Amino acid sequence: MLEPISIDLVSLNFNSILPMIIAIVGALTIICIDLIVKDRSKLFYTMLTLFFILLSLGAVVGFDGSDRGFFDTVLVDGIARLTQIIILVASVLFVPLALSSSRFQEFAMPEFYALFLFMIAGFMFMSSSDNLILIFVGLETASLALYTMIAMHNRPKAFEAAIKYFTMGALASGFFVMSALIFYALTGSVEIHKIAEVLQARDFEPLVAVLTATVFMIGALGFKLSMVPFHTWTPDVYEGSSAPLAGYMSIVPKIAGFVVAIRIFDMLLDSGVVWLESILYVLVVLTMTLGNLIALVQEDVKRMLAFSSISHAGFVMAAVLIGTTEAHSGVFLYWILFMFANLGAFAMLWASRHRENLWHKRYQHPYSKFSGMIKIMPIYAVIMGVLMFALAGMPPFSVFWGKLYLISTAVNSGFITLAVIMVLNSALAIYYYMKLIVYMFLKEPKSMDKSVYISNISTTIKIIVGFCVMVATTSVFMIEPLLKTILNYVTFSGY
Amino acid sequence: MDGILSLIIFFPLIAGVFGFFVHKDNIRVYGITATVILFIMTLILWVSFDTSMAGFQFVEHISIISQLGMSYHVGVDGISLFLVILSTFMTMIALIGLSIKENVKNLIISVLFLEMTMVGVFLSLDVILFYLFWEFSLIPMLYIIGAWGSDRRVYAAIKFFLYTFAGSVLMLVGILYMGYLYHVETGVWSFSISDWHLLVVPFDLQLWLFGAFFLAFAIKVPMFPFHTWLPYAHGQAPTIGSVILAAVLLKMGTYGMVRFLLPLFPDATVYFLMPIAIIAVIMVIYAAMIAYIQEDMKQVIAYSSISHMGIIILGTFALNAEGITGSIFLMISHGIVSGALFMLVGVIYDRRHTKNMSEFGGLAISMPTFATIFGVMLMASVGLPLTIGFVGEFLSLMGFFRVSWILTLLAGTGIILGAIYMLTLYKRVFFGEITNEKNRGLKDLNAKELTALVPLVALVVILGVYPKPVLEPIDTSIKSMIELMYKKAVIQETKDFIVKVNTIEGGK
Repeated sequence: MLEPISIDLVSLNFNSILPMIIAIVGALTIICIDLIVKDRSKLFYTMLTLFFILLSLGAVVGFDGSDRGFFDTVLVDGIARLTQIIILVASVLFVPLALSSSRFQEFAMPEFYALFLFMIAGFMFMSSSDNLILIFVGLETASLALYTMIAMHNRPKAFEAAIKYFTMGALASGFFVMSALIFYALTGSVEIHKIAEVLQARDFEPLVAVLTATVFMIGALGFKLSMVPFHTWTPDVYEGSSAPLAGYMSIVPKIAGFVVAIRIFDMLLDSGVVWLESILYVLVVLTMTLGNLIALVQEDVKRMLAFSSISHAGFVMAAVLIGTTEAHSGVFLYWILFMFANLGAFAMLWASRHRENLWHKRYQHPYSKFSGMIKIMPIYAVIMGVLMFALAGMPPFSVFWGKLYLISTAVNSGFITLAVIMVLNSALAIYYYMKLIVYMFLKEPKSMDKSVYISNISTTIKIIVGFCVMVATTSVFMIEPLLKTILNYVTFSGY
Repeated sequence: MDGILSLIIFFPLIAGVFGFFVHKDNIRVYGITATVILFIMTLILWVSFDTSMAGFQFVEHISIISQLGMSYHVGVDGISLFLVILSTFMTMIALIGLSIKENVKNLIISVLFLEMTMVGVFLSLDVILFYLFWEFSLIPMLYIIGAWGSDRRVYAAIKFFLYTFAGSVLMLVGILYMGYLYHVETGVWSFSISDWHLLVVPFDLQLWLFGAFFLAFAIKVPMFPFHTWLPYAHGQAPTIGSVILAAVLLKMGTYGMVRFLLPLFPDATVYFLMPIAIIAVIMVIYAAMIAYIQEDMKQVIAYSSISHMGIIILGTFALNAEGITGSIFLMISHGIVSGALFMLVGVIYDRRHTKNMSEFGGLAISMPTFATIFGVMLMASVGLPLTIGFVGEFLSLMGFFRVSWILTLLAGTGIILGAIYMLTLYKRVFFGEITNEKNRGLKDLNAKELTALVPLVALVVILGVYPKPVLEPIDTSIKSMIELMYKKAVIQETKDFIVKVNTIEGGK
C-alpha cells in the first residue's frame, strides 16, 4: 500500500510561479467576463490584459525567495527572471498596438487576449524550468495559443501561416520529445542539471546516444529559433500574421528558446565534445549568412524583416556557442535592444496597414510603397530610418551596442574567425536595411497622399513607436546600468 | 575653458535638432549662423591652445560603459586642432555658398549632423567613440549625395556608403582586439588612445591589427585599388557634398593613419612602408593620368584629389617630422583648395547646368573675377611656391626623400602631370574666344559666392607665404609622436629605420 503523500504548501514555493499564475488567472478572468457581459470594446480587454501583464511584471521584479519550487521542477534563477522580464515588457509594448484605428477582427475578440495571456504563461514556464517535461509543456501551451492567434487574423494568408507554423511546430515538438526521451533513457532523469551530472560521471558514454539526443534537440530548438536550415516557415508565417504579432513572434518565442538553448548547450558544451561545437558553429554561420543573403533579395519590407530576424537570431546563437558569462549576458543585452528596435519597426508597418494590398498584388508593404516618404511625412521617415539603422547595427543606435558587446566577447574568447564573420555579416545586413532608407529618402514620391502611411495610426501606436525610437537613439546611456543588471543576474545563475 | 570640446562637438547636433523646428524660409540663415558660431568657437579653441605642449589639451573624460571600458574621452593636440578648424571652416563656407533651393531644410540639418561627426572624429580619444562618429558620418553624407545629386545619385550614394561601411567593419574587430590585448596586459578595459599608447604590441599581432585598421583608412582616403567610389560620389554629389567630402571626409582616413597606425603599430608601419609607398606613388601618377583625359571638370578635380591624397600618404609614411607635418599641412591645404575648386565648378554648373569642358571656352572674357579666383586656386592645387599647396607638398616629398629618392622622384613627376591636366583644364575653359554663344553674358560671381570664395583665396595666399602659425603646433605634436614610436618599436630594425629617417634628438 502506498504511503499517503502529504505536501506542505510552503514547500511548493508558490512565489516561484506567481507571475505565471497571474497571467493564467488573467486569462480565465477575461473568459469569464466574456461569458457574463457581451462587451465587445477592445479598449476594455486591452487595458485588462495590460493590467495583468503589469501585475505579473511586478511579481517577477519583486520576487525574492528560493529559486526552486514545485518539487524542483521550477527554477527561477537569474536568466529565467531576465527572460520573464523581456517577455512581459515585449507584451506591454505589443498589447496597446491592438488599439489601431482600423478594426481588425482578432482584436475585437476577447479570446485573443485570453490566448495571449496563456501564451505568456507558457513562455514563462518554458524559460523558468530546467525540467525537460515542464519546458515541453510550457512550449506547447505557448505555441498552441500562438497558432490560434495567428489564424485569428482571418485572412487566407493567415490561415496558411498558422497551419504552416503548426505543422512545423508539431515536428519540432516531436524532435524535442524524442531528445528528452533519449536523455531520460540515458540518465534516468529529465532535469537538465541531473542529466549533466550523470553524463559527466560516465564521461558522455555512449557517445552515439548523446549525439542523437543532441541532434534532436538542435532540430527542435532550431525550429523554434528559426535557424537555418530549419527556418523555412519563418517568412511565410510573418507575412501571414499581422505586423505587431510578427514583430512579437520575432522576439518572445525566441528569447524563451535561447534560454532553453543556454541551459542545454551550456551543459553539453562543457563536455568538451568537439562535434557539438562544430555543429553549432556551422549552424550559426549559416543562419547569419543565409538569413542575410535571402533578405537581400526580398521585395517586401515585412519579409525582409523576417529574414533579418533570422540573421539576428544567428548572431545571438553565436553567443550561446561562445558560452562565457559575458556571452550569455550579451544574449540578453542584444535581445533587449533588438526588441525595441524590431517592435518599433513592425509597429511602423502596422501604422500603415491597409485593408487592401494597394501597392502590390501579393505584398502589403513593398519597398516602393515607402518611396519618397521623407517628402510626404518627414518625421515618420526619420523614425523609420532610425529604426532601420538601429536594426542594422549602425552606431550609435541601439543594436550596435549589442553587436559590439557580442563581437567583443567573441574576440575575448578567441573566436576571432567568428568575430570576423559576424562583422562581415553586419556589413552585408546594412545593404537591405539601407534599401528601405534609399526608398524613403532618395527616391521621388509616387503620390503625395499622406494617408498611405497612417491609415491605421492611433495615439497608442504613436506612443509605442516614440518610446522605441527613444530607446534606439539614447541607448548609449542605458548600456552601463543594463549590462550591470544583466551581468548580475547571469552570474548568479551560474551561466 | 573646460568643456569647450564637448561644446564644439555637440553644438551642431543641438543646432541640427532645433533646425527641425525652424521654418524653411529661415533655415539658410539659421544654418549659416550656427556654423559661424561654431567656427568662432574653434577659433577660440585655437587661441587658447598652448602651442608649446605636445600632448592632448582640454581633455574630458567620462566613463560611459565601464564594463566595456568605453568612455567619452575627447582632447585636442596639434595634429587634430587644424583639422577641426578646417571642418568647421569648410562647412561654414559651403553653407554660405549653398545654391540649392529644393528641400533645403533637410539638407542643412544633414550638414549640421555631418559637421558634428567630422568634428567628433578628429576630437575623439576613445577609439569606440571615434568609430561611432566615423560610421555615423556616412548617414548624412548618404542622404546628401543621394537626395540632391545628379542623375545616378542613388547608385553613387549606395556605393559610397557600402564601400566605406564594409571597409570599417574589420576595424571594429581590430579595435576590440586591441581592447582585449590591453585588458590582458593590465587587467583593465580601456579604449583610450592615450592608454593604448602605453601598450607594446607583439610584432606578428601588429601586422594583423595594422591590416584591419589600414583597410578602413585606405578605403576612406581612398587608396589605389579601392578608389573607384570616389569619382562616382564626387561626380554625382551636389556641390556642398563634394566640398565637404573632398575637404574633410577624405582627411578622416589620413588622420586615422597618423593617429592610430603610426603610434600604435610602429613595427608594422615600417614593415609595410614600402608597399604602401609604392601604392601611394601609383595613386599619384595613375590618378593624374586619368584626370588628364576627363571631360567633366568635377571628375578632373576628383581624380586630382586622389592624386594629392597619394602625396599625403607618402608624407605620412616618411616617418619623420618634416614628412608627417607636411602631410598634415597638405591635408589642410588640400581641404581648402579642393573645396574651393568644387565650389567654383558648382558656380559654373549653376549657371550652365553642365560641367563638360567642351561646352566652355573663353569664360575669362565673360566672367573675369571667376577666372581669377579659379586661377589662384588652380595654382595652389598645382603647388606653386608661395601658395598654400606648395608648403605641404614640398615638406611631404622632402620627408620621403630620406626614405627613398626614387619614389620621391616618381611622385614629383605626378606633380608635373598635375600641372599639365590643371592647366589644360584652365586653357580649355577660360582662354580663347567664346565659341559657345551660351557662355556669352554669363553673370560673374555674385555677392554670396564672393563671400564664400574670397576667404579661401585669402587663406591660400596668407598660409602660403607664412605657414608657421599652423606648422608649429603640428610639428610639436608630431615630434613627440615619433619619439613615442621609437620607444614602442619592438624590433631593432624599426628603431634603426626611425633614427635613419629622422634628424630629431629623440631619435638619436
